[in-house]
Amino acid sequence: MNNDANQTLEIVKSGLARRRRRETRFRWYGRIAIFIAMAFLALLLFSILARGISAFQQTYIAVDVYLNPEELAPPTPEHLGKVDFEGLIRQSLRETFPEVTGRRQKRALYRLVSSSAAYELRDWVLQHPDQLGKAVTIWVLAGSDVDMYMKGAVDVSVPEDQRRLKDDQIRWIEQLRQQGRLDLRFNKVFFLNGDSREPEQAGILVAFKGSLYMMIVTLALSFPLGIAAAIYLEEFAPKKNFWVDMVEININNLAAVPSIVFGLLGLAVFLGYFGLPRSTPLVGGLTLTLMTLPTVIIASRAALTAVPPSIREAALGVGASRTQTVFHHVLPLAMPGMLTGAIIGMARALGETAPLLMIGMVAFIVDPPQGLLDPATALPVQIYLWADSPERGFVERTSAAIIVLLVFLGLMNLLAVLLRRRLEKRW
Amino acid sequence: MQPDTLIWILLALSALAFYLGRNRAIQASSGHIRNLHSLPTYYGYFVALWCGLPALVILCLWLLFDDKLILQMVISQLPESWRNLPEDQLSLIINQIHNLVAGETGRQEVDPALQRAADHYRQLKAIGYQALTVLVLVIATASLTYGYRHVSPQMRARNSVEKVVRFTLILSSTLAIFVTIGIVLSVLFEAVRFFSKIPVTEFLFGLKWSPQMAIRADQVGASGAFGFIPLLTGTLLISAIAMAVATPIGLLAAIYLSEYAKSRTRSIVKPLLEVLAGVPTVVYGFFAALVVAPLLRDFGIELGLKVSAESALAAGLVMGVMIIPFVSSLTDDALTAVPRSLREGAYGLGATQAETITGVVLPAALPGIVSGLLLAVSRAIGETMIVVMAAGMTAKLTLNPLESVTTITVQIVALLVGDQEFDSPKTLAAFALGLTLFLITLALNLVALHVVRKFREQYE
Amino acid sequence: MSTIMNTVEEFVETMEPQGKSVADSEQGYHTVGEFSIAEPRISCRHVNVFYGEKQALFDINLDIGQRQVIALIGPSGCGKSTFLRCLNRMNDIIEGCRVEGKIQLDNQDIYSKDMDPVILRARVGMVFQKPNPFPKSIYDNVAYGPRIHGLASNRTELDEIVETSLKRAGLWKEVRDRLDHPATGLSGGQQQRLCIARAIAVEPEVVLMDEPCSALDPIATATIEQLIDELRERYTIVIVTHSMQQAARVSQRTAYFHLGKLIEVGQTSRIFTNPRHPLTEDYITGRFG
Repeated sequence: MNNDANQTLEIVKSGLARRRRRETRFRWYGRIAIFIAMAFLALLLFSILARGISAFQQTYIAVDVYLNPEELAPPTPEHLGKVDFEGLIRQSLRETFPEVTGRRQKRALYRLVSSSAAYELRDWVLQHPDQLGKAVTIWVLAGSDVDMYMKGAVDVSVPEDQRRLKDDQIRWIEQLRQQGRLDLRFNKVFFLNGDSREPEQAGILVAFKGSLYMMIVTLALSFPLGIAAAIYLEEFAPKKNFWVDMVEININNLAAVPSIVFGLLGLAVFLGYFGLPRSTPLVGGLTLTLMTLPTVIIASRAALTAVPPSIREAALGVGASRTQTVFHHVLPLAMPGMLTGAIIGMARALGETAPLLMIGMVAFIVDPPQGLLDPATALPVQIYLWADSPERGFVERTSAAIIVLLVFLGLMNLLAVLLRRRLEKRW
Repeated sequence: MQPDTLIWILLALSALAFYLGRNRAIQASSGHIRNLHSLPTYYGYFVALWCGLPALVILCLWLLFDDKLILQMVISQLPESWRNLPEDQLSLIINQIHNLVAGETGRQEVDPALQRAADHYRQLKAIGYQALTVLVLVIATASLTYGYRHVSPQMRARNSVEKVVRFTLILSSTLAIFVTIGIVLSVLFEAVRFFSKIPVTEFLFGLKWSPQMAIRADQVGASGAFGFIPLLTGTLLISAIAMAVATPIGLLAAIYLSEYAKSRTRSIVKPLLEVLAGVPTVVYGFFAALVVAPLLRDFGIELGLKVSAESALAAGLVMGVMIIPFVSSLTDDALTAVPRSLREGAYGLGATQAETITGVVLPAALPGIVSGLLLAVSRAIGETMIVVMAAGMTAKLTLNPLESVTTITVQIVALLVGDQEFDSPKTLAAFALGLTLFLITLALNLVALHVVRKFREQYE
Repeated sequence: MSTIMNTVEEFVETMEPQGKSVADSEQGYHTVGEFSIAEPRISCRHVNVFYGEKQALFDINLDIGQRQVIALIGPSGCGKSTFLRCLNRMNDIIEGCRVEGKIQLDNQDIYSKDMDPVILRARVGMVFQKPNPFPKSIYDNVAYGPRIHGLASNRTELDEIVETSLKRAGLWKEVRDRLDHPATGLSGGQQQRLCIARAIAVEPEVVLMDEPCSALDPIATATIEQLIDELRERYTIVIVTHSMQQAARVSQRTAYFHLGKLIEVGQTSRIFTNPRHPLTEDYITGRFG
């Protein structure tokens, strides 16, 4: 062994421990970084879940009413529309708690029941005209404060004047609970109602339908357009052409343009120039189409490049035209990849809020939209709207709406992953 | 006839045209399809396209412009005194007419002149639809006949159809250019109108932003200030915090995943990071406002610091979390683009893995990483919902992350959501901000895309 | 027609027994020639290498001596590169690669627990098939090894190491004026010599070369071959090549690999003039390659 090498070896050996420590440290930095990211994800999901899961149940309260035929007959919608059902419910409450006197106390008592209870009672009578003349017990929505108390979200240790639920009300609630007149049931209202000022009556139906309609518009436009653009750029466009270069730069840039700018575009062009109606799924869908188009194009192009050139050569070799080659052979093979891209684009569009704010989809809308030109909101916008409300009941519903949104996004992404798996197996 | 029924009829006609064309081709082939230039279906498509396309184009053009034309005609019939009103009040009247047409009468008495105008509008619209129906049907039949006559064994049906297909493809691909032009024009027009009211210099260099202006011209006081600097510093402050969070975490996570982690770890962690990327920004905003901001405030109280409820720190922190997967996936791409031979070169010299990564792989991947970071910055600057929900509204010129600042996007939303008139400087200011935002992100994107293109070429 | 068939059959018959002796006895084949030598630098015994389920090398026994050039030849996919990469544990970084058997460097098992691959690779340097200079300056390329190992305590020493290494690699004259230029700007042959300079800057005892000339033109190849001949005075060199002429020109000993097995090993002059194993002969005479 020569001397130089020996010396070198000694030096290398002497530094080794230090270098190994550095190596370990570096590895730990990476682990810590991943841990932090995962911790944030866990905190995010946990805090939403913890706040929102309770919203899938809702407190119902039992009221006894005597359906006086003299007042209620005939049970037609016209007649029942004039009946004071609120009075009936209040009377029932007063009878349950005969000790309650005084205007203020009575009003506090009435607040145990949601303001929609009268309508629920009316609808019930409409459906059960045979029950006229009987005393019945029906379950109606409880007020939001009762609901929150039932779910353990009211801090009783807070001084009475600082909380919405007063001591009297809590006493009544406990009494009702012991009588079995309060019950937590699956929250149908949340899925079947539109927005409301009262948390217990607010639901996501308007937002859900609005999002659904927008997704239909977006998919129907961005998928064919995106595929067409991708096919042209990958299969037909001349390479090194100024216009093709311009298109590519534009697509790549548009993919990174802030979404709110697309909202401004929608506002100025669709609402301002074409005069389409505000707050409608059509305009929302159009705006989101422009936003998702670059994503769809880029994904579709990737899917097309993944198709081996040998397939094209084979088709061209038996005398197919280029258009035939593309539509008969390349496109079917690239389809799963394109679908994956489209789904991912849709998922992004579904979660997008900012551009929708620009085109006025932030309205307070109670009635579900019947078509593309009815005013609507969207799920993320509904989340944004509710997030602004300070009531505890809305916080719960916001989180629940987020859970619904995340579930849908999760399903879409799952679908995309499954498609991608199938695609990968092919080659 | 309503336009949507018309479209269905047109589709049905085209289907009919398809069969006609195909059958004629089969007949003309005298039993041997080989005698035809193209397959019979191509003749079908050919006739169907002839039948459907021209009529459809006319229909679309009509629908795009009939509203404007009819409106002009209605306005010209309005009483003299109304026609001479300023633009914004005239648009109010037009709105009322629209409402009347849509049947939203409301409770109050309607001005008979308005009612007349609405009736006029309705009448014109009805006439228009009748004319449209006749026009479209005539064109469709005429062009169908033309196409049908042209079917002969020598005709190159396939080539013609493919030409149309290719033209459609080209049209779709140029849409991207039109969108960009649309963005630029739509924000530019309004921005120019804004700058005709507020000087550019005041906007670019002004230190005060308070867009609350008098709602009516005769209202006293409250003239807005439109200095853009506080918004810019606010935006940059929050973006800087976000990048300070996302850069190290995203980079290190990507390095660990692509260089160290076993494939099993990777297959678990990568999808989870994608989940982080897939969470909608409105959810992050909610999370920032409801969880992170109170947490920071409580923490601040422990340390004896005053943390604002809408601190830049909370918004920036959460935005950083949002950007982590973005940074890590772009870094990952850049790292995997570094050829294996470089890594082996370093290992062959006796470098440890960490030395190989920091000394060879990272420098080689640097352009890719830098462009990824630039895109991340562009995203942070343009991010809206997190800051709308978690950052403040008041424009404060400060670099203290514990205070509340506002951003460009927050102000755009604040200026445009809710009641707005199209002409006030307040509304126009939003477009000026939009233009600025677009230009800033455009610059960042172009630089990033250029760098990444050069980077890819280097290893291809 | 029938005569052709007959000749084919004859040919197959002559081939078969030899084919069997290699292919059928998985472990029990014998390397022809003197695989063991006195005072070996590196000594390999019963080396088996697996990539996942697939076995790439079968029971390799080979000694490598001091200050000599040994050439590993064989058709592509025969395992010669795999074997080379075992010698400085470069296979460690390939997922699913498993090495069995014993490889000793100066009587130290290089696959034992207390052998750090970092030290091993400092002692056994490597030059790769395609020149792979780091995207840094020429100077930084050569200085990289000494820097990470802390071989120079100051800038002057480092300058000295860089200069000697470049001189030994025969590149000094060409690049001394542009040490700060990016290495990627050099020509292919220069890049490969830079990689050799980079490898010897760490003062290794053994230099492994994996087809170092396959990406180069004939003139650059000639320069590198000459360089290898000079380097032999200081280093033990193991070179993989699929050019028999190159093996004949630069090496003292030659080992012939075939389908993961070491078929024959011996003095280069002897192998090329008088191969003993029919497979070696077929390869050398160019029947397959």
